[in-house]
Amino acid sequence: MTVVKDYTGAKLGMWLFLFTEILLFGGLFLLYAAYLHRYPADFHLAGKELNVVLGATNTVVLISSSWLMALSISALQQGRVEQSKKLLLGTLACAGMFLVIKYFEWSAKIHHGIYPDSPELLARPAGEVMFFGLYYLMTGLHGLHVILGGGVITYAYVLILKGRVTPQDFVFLENAGLYWHLVDLVWIYLFPLFYLIA
Amino acid sequence: MTEHHEEHHTVTYKLNSIIWGLLLVLTAITVAAAQFDFGFLNVVVAMTIATTKAGLVILFFMHLKYEKPLFKIIVFITFLLLAIAIGFTFFDLAYRN
Repeated sequence: MTVVKDYTGAKLGMWLFLFTEILLFGGLFLLYAAYLHRYPADFHLAGKELNVVLGATNTVVLISSSWLMALSISALQQGRVEQSKKLLLGTLACAGMFLVIKYFEWSAKIHHGIYPDSPELLARPAGEVMFFGLYYLMTGLHGLHVILGGGVITYAYVLILKGRVTPQDFVFLENAGLYWHLVDLVWIYLFPLFYLIA
Repeated sequence: MTEHHEEHHTVTYKLNSIIWGLLLVLTAITVAAAQFDFGFLNVVVAMTIATTKAGLVILFFMHLKYEKPLFKIIVFITFLLLAIAIGFTFFDLAYRN
């Protein structure tokens, strides 16, 4: 039996889902922009407290993970299944590294008493409270997407192992890639807004 | 047996790697640019570089460059809507006392 897969339909569905994600994060970016406009000095001071080296390292890690993901799709399309699997493992390793670095960043901040609703934070000016509130909300939501994306990539890896995602039928891996690149896209904006605007 | 009859464009390893290199260079530029104070332009410079990076990811890593016009149109509309939402909010904010 021959089943014809509708790749356009499959990818269209994925893109429509990504649009809802773009508007979800877009709303939060709008909130950030409005409060940056209202408390420029407080945002400047609060932003200085974030570690630019860790933020930049995570940017490089996530961009590299996107690169490995794109290579993995190219490899599978060219019939290089083993290489595609290795590249997926590389993508997952980068995702893990991103989360570990994020964990240390958050831990350091929480250790210094800066977390939502903490007495230390509430004693500060309103703009700084808002900055760190948005920082935890937006990087936290993004981190959740990294975890989910890692899950989807792991699932794609299993499907390749089982022979259900193949060089002839790879749309699942492509859609997993689209999701992963969206995670990278969001970080591309989060990094300058929180770490560099100061 | 699963088959599909649509044409697929495979992005070469080389092109993928060039895009990766460009993204790393742009990251370095945005970090370097942040060491200088351009005043109001700080945000503009950072967002312009970020949008250039986003464009590279969408066009090449997400294959939008090789997709049908339908995909290009709907992606454009989505970002247009986002720009309208953000732009109109600032028309409001900028003219408040």
